[in-house]
Amino acid sequence: MDAAEEARRIYRHRWPVRLMHWINVVCLTILLMSGLNIFNAHPALYWGEDSIGSRPWLVITAVPSGSGVVGVTQIAGHQFVTDGVLGVSRSSVNGAMMQRAFPSWATIPGARWLSMARHWHLFFAWLFVVNGLAYVLYTLASGHLRRDLVPTRAEWRGIGRSLKDHLLFRHPTGEAARRYNVLQNLTYLAVIFVLLPLVVLAGMAMSPMLDSALTGWVEWLGGRQSARTLHFLAAIALVLFVLVHVFEVIVSGAWNHLRSMITGYYTLPADKKEAP
Amino acid sequence: MKRTDDDRRRALRIAAAAGGTLLLGACDKLSSSPSFVGLLKSAQHLSRTAHKAVVGRRAMAQEFAESDVTPGFRSNGTTMPRDTDYRALLQGGFVDWRLGVDGLVERPAAFSLTHLRAMPSRTQITRHDCVEGWSAIGKWKGVPLRHLLAQVGVLPQARYVVFHCADSMSEGSRDSRYYESVDLDEALHVQTILAYELNGAPLPVANGAPLRARIERQLGYKHAKYLMRIELAERLDAIRGGQGGFWEDSEGYEWYAGI
Repeated sequence: MDAAEEARRIYRHRWPVRLMHWINVVCLTILLMSGLNIFNAHPALYWGEDSIGSRPWLVITAVPSGSGVVGVTQIAGHQFVTDGVLGVSRSSVNGAMMQRAFPSWATIPGARWLSMARHWHLFFAWLFVVNGLAYVLYTLASGHLRRDLVPTRAEWRGIGRSLKDHLLFRHPTGEAARRYNVLQNLTYLAVIFVLLPLVVLAGMAMSPMLDSALTGWVEWLGGRQSARTLHFLAAIALVLFVLVHVFEVIVSGAWNHLRSMITGYYTLPADKKEAP
Repeated sequence: MKRTDDDRRRALRIAAAAGGTLLLGACDKLSSSPSFVGLLKSAQHLSRTAHKAVVGRRAMAQEFAESDVTPGFRSNGTTMPRDTDYRALLQGGFVDWRLGVDGLVERPAAFSLTHLRAMPSRTQITRHDCVEGWSAIGKWKGVPLRHLLAQVGVLPQARYVVFHCADSMSEGSRDSRYYESVDLDEALHVQTILAYELNGAPLPVANGAPLRARIERQLGYKHAKYLMRIELAERLDAIRGGQGGFWEDSEGYEWYAGI
């Protein structure tokens, strides 16, 4: 490592943030995949309180086609052929095509097994919630929230330029890369304080015992089946966040970012004018 | 330069695919390890303890209006018991049917349907949540279990109420009559009733005729149908498979079904 690079090396992520980040990665991966297995037990989503009187807005199923069946996804009355992935897919156990909403490579466990999927889901839900609460307390107590996550007034004013930079895949260098940029800040805040609490709240709304804690509170989410829908949509939104997050990490220096989330040290990208 | 990028990308893709396969393989392997599954299942004790701490013992499940009732209440599990003794009772209009209450009680007793119908009743419009994910709203009428338990006198060492049913079910290697159990908090809850009516009509066979349990703050598999006998017990491990219910024994479902 040369002297210039050495000089640009900063200690970016403290150990509690790094640890909680990776616990979160494990939890969210398992929660997503076991959640898809649970979804497969009743592969339809509704709005409202019950699932009998109302029509589902999403169904993943198989319909007769010729001599066999074809996997389809129906969204708000429109049908899309999703054979091979959604509705009908190859079994990981014996390689035969079988009817199931999400394919076995996307679910934990791979087989259709509701009780086991629930064990995984509910255990890691606890770990996820405890980790999340610890993170929120840490961000408040350490000043991480105020110092690093909440945008400054100047950053708010630069939001237009930040948006343009993102669209052009231009990434900050030098001192400008020391702080999160404003779009990054807003995304993290939305995920931490809106999306993750929503996915937990909608999950808790599906528990009949928790529903009775404050009689009728599930109505705030539109009813129990709406809560199931919101839980699913929030999970999809989290997947989209992770895709963008990982994409941005890759295009702005995958190794540098990955190392900073493991060792804590991040090397500020060199300013263009500094380059030899 | 282009070449290394391609190589790197390919390496990353291979790593991601290998990582994914490893993850799935590991999770499937862990799913068949009794000690690991035991660890995962321990979360239900945490959930139950947390729920008992947060949710009041008497907290009520939501009740709905007549207009919310779902037409054609869904039936799951057994819809017509194959057992000949049940078929005979059904044929006779359940005139000869009796609900036995025994175990850790002061005065074991048997009640006819007429007898139960003459007791104080409770009518409630509640939402039934299946573990699979669907819900349905129905209007139930029945005798509060707490009233029945007061009649027979529960002994102090009793901790669980076990529901024994008429219907045989087969699941994997297990072939036995359905049964379920709840703790005394749930059994003595105001909304825990033994229902003989659904939506203003005698309970249909598909929904558990002549009598079924309504455990409104827990998932559907707790709401035992085709009731024959209620047993008060101190422990569950000596009863049948020892896990407290048919699905708990056969498929490993959580005994605590509040979530």
